Parts: sequence; C-alpha cells; structure tokens
Amino acid sequence: MVIYGTALLAACYLAGIAVGEGIAVLIGVKANVGGVGIAMLFLIVAQHYLQKRGLFHIDTAKGVTFWAMLYIPVVVAMAATQNVIVAVRSGPIALLAAAGSFAACIVFISLLNRIIERAHIASAALAPTSDDHDPASDLSVVPDHR
Amino acid sequence: MFPLLEKTIHEAPLVTAFAFVGAVIWISNQLAHHLTRGRIAGSAIAVLAGLALAFVGGALTGKTKGLADLSLFGGLALMGGAMMRDFTIVATASEVHVDEAKKAGWLGFLALVLGTILPFIVGVGVAFAFGHRDPVTLTTIGAGAITYIVGPITGAAIGASSDVIALSIATGVVKAIMVMIFTPVFARFMRLNNPQAAMVFGGLAGTVSGVSAGLAATDRRLVPYGALVATFHTGFGCLLGPSILFLAVKALFG
Repeated sequence: MVIYGTALLAACYLAGIAVGEGIAVLIGVKANVGGVGIAMLFLIVAQHYLQKRGLFHIDTAKGVTFWAMLYIPVVVAMAATQNVIVAVRSGPIALLAAAGSFAACIVFISLLNRIIERAHIASAALAPTSDDHDPASDLSVVPDHR
Repeated sequence: MFPLLEKTIHEAPLVTAFAFVGAVIWISNQLAHHLTRGRIAGSAIAVLAGLALAFVGGALTGKTKGLADLSLFGGLALMGGAMMRDFTIVATASEVHVDEAKKAGWLGFLALVLGTILPFIVGVGVAFAFGHRDPVTLTTIGAGAITYIVGPITGAAIGASSDVIALSIATGVVKAIMVMIFTPVFARFMRLNNPQAAMVFGGLAGTVSGVSAGLAATDRRLVPYGALVATFHTGFGCLLGPSILFLAVKALFG
C-alpha cells in the first residue's frame, strides 16, 4: 500500500520536528534545532530496518519516493514565494554582508572539498543521470541486502 | 467563461499551484534542452524563473510573499511553504546511502561551525564599515548574515530595534537568494560533485532554502546530504548568536 510509505514518512517528519523542538527547549533556543535532519535520520533507520525484514515493499517505497520526486517542484514554488523585492531593494549593508559572507563560504567550501578529495575522504564524483530518475524503480531490480 | 474559470481556480489553490509549477518546469526544461543544449540544468532555470515570478508578484502587490500574494497563485504559498519543503526534504532521505553520510559526519560539523562564524564576522565587519558601533546592532546584522531566521531571533533576544531586525532579515534573504542562483554557477569551483562535498556545502552555505534550491539546481542526488547538515544550521546559529557571538562582539566593541 502506497499510503504506508507516506504515513511512515509523515510519522518520521512529526517525530523529528518534535525532537528538534524538545532539544530547542532543553538548550533554551527559540528555533527548532535540526528537526528536519533528525526526521531524515529516523526515516533512514526505519527504512533500513523494514528493508532488512523484507517489509519495505515496492508500493511502500513509492509512497516515500513520490514526495522525494516532488522536491524540486516544491523548491520552485518556494522560489516563487520569496520576498525578492526586499532583497533587490535592500541597501548596501544587506547586499555587501550577504555577498561577502557567501563569497567567504564558497572559498572555504572549495578549500575543504579539495582537501577531502586529495585525502580520499570524498567519494568519486557521481555519474550524470537524468533529473527524473525514480529511485523506487531501483528497489525492484536490485534488492537491498545491506 | 472567465468568471467560471476564476471560481474554479479560487476553490482549488493547491491544485492550481501543481499545474502552474508543472508548466513552469516544463518550459524551463524545454529552454534548457533547446537553448543551452542541456548545459544549464532545467531545474536551475526553473528556480530562477520562480524568483523572477516572485519579483513580479512582489512588484504588483507590494507584499512579501512573491507571486503567492496574487490571489490566483495563493496555492504556491502552501506548496512552497515550510511544511511541504521540509516534508519533501525528509522524503529525499530515502535516497541517502548511509555509508556515504557516515564518512563525513565530522566534516559536516566542522562546516557547520565555519558556516556560522564566517558569515557572522563578515556581517559584523560590513556593519562596522558602515559606521555602526553598537554591539546589539552589529550582532543582529552579523546574525542575519548566518540565516534570515537567526537574525531576527538573535535581534529579539538581545533587544535590537525593529529597523535593525528588518535589515538583518533582508541580509539573510539576499544571502539565501544568492545561494540559490550562484550554487550551480560555482559548483565546479566548489568541487560539488559527491555526497561528502554536498555535506560540507550544506554546513557552510547554511540557509535551508538556499541550500535546497541550490543543490536541486546542481544535482538533485546531492540534496539529501546537503540538507541533512543544513537543517542544523539555523538551530546552531540561534544557539550561538545571542550567547557566545554577542558576548564576543560586546567584548570587542562594547
């Protein structure tokens, strides 16, 4: 059943956000601390557990991957609802602070990534594929025995 | 005919948003394929188109939610809101290879620390260069350079005025949009082609919206790795902003 996958995803989402809120209260922060990241970890663990027991059927997987595939459209909708006007009209402080910090980050990302590439911590570059590849279709041909 | 169509659209805002975004992505893919011969990813063009549409919406209505402020496109606010964004990000975790993510956990943390401190220093420096000397103002603008959520939360916690908080939000929004647009441009320079690099990127570039859109436009398989780290960014910034970072600024300029 496809809904099992979507329900599992929803349960992981809610549990993760709740834990993130809990951490925020514990350390006295007014924003959710990593709730989405924790939800992702829950989903990874749950999926791994179900796969090992053969309970993660292809239909269940589809209930998760459909939403993963919707990710880019959602991001496009998000882009269309940004406050671009305030960004364009903001004064030099906002513009320079943003551009400067982004530039500094790019340089450090480049530096770190070159280091981990040399040190062989990074995996090989991903081979090119199409944007629309459905990972659920992989599950049917290659059973996961990890 | 027209009022009939309008009534239908008003009664189904989310469905309208699905159809509309689908059309935007289809046009973007056609442009990418025929105009740039696939050199620029269709999703990169689609994100840019989204931002351009947001500008149009904002210019027409004078409000803050881009195209979603036009009642015809109200559904975009739900489709592109935090709930759907986070729900679909969590779903991408189903594509994570655990071994790849484990390899770079410590790297993600290092990137997170750098991604919080570097923008803050730059933000404080710029504010200082423009003549601000008040530690509260400096800290709030610096925090805005981390993300547009860290800025106002830090500002509110240390008692910044509302115009300073607005400035810090603007700083964060500009940064998020820059990350969306320029990530695919600088992807090669940043060596952004493997899961570990995406985790470093997620920690350093920060803002979930910027990272998620930037990676989507670069290679969607990298999204979950970047997002996994980036989602800790705002919480981490909100933890450090009003505490250690504010105290450091106060010690330096106070």
